[in-house]
Amino acid sequence: MTTTAARRSTTVTAPPFGGGHGTHPGTVVEPHLDPNLSTRPDIRPSSRRLGPGRRRRFAGLVGPAALILLWVAASATGLLDPRILSEPWTVVSTAGELIADGRLQENLAISAQRAGLGLFFGIVVGAVLAVLSGLSRVGESLIDGPVQIKRAIPGLALIPLLILWFGIDETMKVLTITLGVFVPIYLQTHAGLRGIDLRYVELAQTVGLSRAGFIRRVVLPGALPGFFLGLRFAVTGAWVSLVVVEQINSTSGIGYMMELARTYGQTNIIVLGLAVYGVLGLLSDAAVRLLERKALSWQRTLAG
Amino acid sequence: MATNTGGLGTPPSYEVSVRGLIRSFGPKGVLNGVDLDIAPGEFVALLGPSGCGKSTLLRALAGLDRDVRGSGVVKVPEQVSVVFQDSRLLPWDSVLGNVTLGLRDHDADARGRRALAEVGLAGREKAWPHELSGGEQQRVALARSLVREPRLLLADEPFGALDALTRLKMHALLKELVAAHQPAVLLVTHDVDEAITLADRVIVLQDGRVALERVAGAGVDHYSLRGELLAALGVHAAA
Repeated sequence: MTTTAARRSTTVTAPPFGGGHGTHPGTVVEPHLDPNLSTRPDIRPSSRRLGPGRRRRFAGLVGPAALILLWVAASATGLLDPRILSEPWTVVSTAGELIADGRLQENLAISAQRAGLGLFFGIVVGAVLAVLSGLSRVGESLIDGPVQIKRAIPGLALIPLLILWFGIDETMKVLTITLGVFVPIYLQTHAGLRGIDLRYVELAQTVGLSRAGFIRRVVLPGALPGFFLGLRFAVTGAWVSLVVVEQINSTSGIGYMMELARTYGQTNIIVLGLAVYGVLGLLSDAAVRLLERKALSWQRTLAG
Repeated sequence: MATNTGGLGTPPSYEVSVRGLIRSFGPKGVLNGVDLDIAPGEFVALLGPSGCGKSTLLRALAGLDRDVRGSGVVKVPEQVSVVFQDSRLLPWDSVLGNVTLGLRDHDADARGRRALAEVGLAGREKAWPHELSGGEQQRVALARSLVREPRLLLADEPFGALDALTRLKMHALLKELVAAHQPAVLLVTHDVDEAITLADRVIVLQDGRVALERVAGAGVDHYSLRGELLAALGVHAAA
């Protein structure tokens, strides 16, 4: 048995490939030193947990914060040439300037509107198609094939056709995002729906649920975990599609702001745009996860 | 007690009436002409080795065998409830939501609460199924079947997954509930003692046919009945 002191020293650096006599990094077994009970160290093996442990607040921010710290350190020591990547403080002051003259908010608002609208329509279309295709053989034979074909075509490849059909205004942009969003929603919701245990279908029959009741009480809640998985892909996909449409032809939005900066060689604005996209992605993913935890509180999982 | 009380001359009216029931999966017959009558309020236990067709018979009575090949006449009442071996609670619905699933009347919630109180789970209405123990989950399943006031209760090895102590408690609870609600009961089990303790009549199914039929309950010698049933099941207890 390792002593406490020796164990403590091994808690920070995990041995590679889980070596080190099976000691789990991060767990410290306190010896039982109550003289009234026993002087022998307590050697409970049960203190080694296999789950990830308790959820901690703001734990999700640790990774991004470390990344920023690394950036600051590399710029401050001169390791990172500002012509390659602007210093963080330059980007912050650029953000201040752009906020002062209103350009950042204006472009952010229009970008958020496009992403939001595209996401909304994509979720509706994807979810409705998934339910139609999941609950009827006719629906599946009509819907599933075309969605799989759409899945195989990159969103970028559709843009020339969409421009010919809808011009270069907002309709085309929102539609491009919608087309990127509905596929993951459809795929995951459909898979979740088809994964519903047949035993629940039997149960629904024996308690005399109506078709509508069956969809509301069994199908939709049962497909919800799949839907949320799809939603997380979809939210990320919405931002990706947004970048594409805004950098190809646009006169507003974060992507346009970055594209303009490229023309004038303003690295700081480009990096600012990237940072904005990053923050938006992180925030929207956190929002979806929060929603997921609330809606799926009936699940008992490792996520806790 | 709860057997057929129809006097001479009046034809007995059965809650369940099965004639010449045949069911087969592939070339092999699972049920080869089963006849079965259950009187109102009668508790029948169905014993048999694995694969003898007892679950198939129960599923036929529950109307869960629509895609299965077979023939025969099955008469069951309108109100049938099923208790499965697994509690089969919807994990995304609260305990109360599970009990009232499929009820369309306005007082469904009040009735659900009463049913939960009956099985000793008052106060757990808002819990998620995974927060309950196995025995508690099965009690919710019982509440879900009884809240519908069934004329026929079908139970497919409902206590098979429970530990021995919980099972004994559930036997007492089921007896109480059946006495209060008076449904006809068909209990599929492979536990001879469970069958003798609970049922008015015990049927042994073998190779898809009724092989043995005995009255159980008060006034019957448990020990000799147990030996006879075990022998019919191919288990010869040491003398």
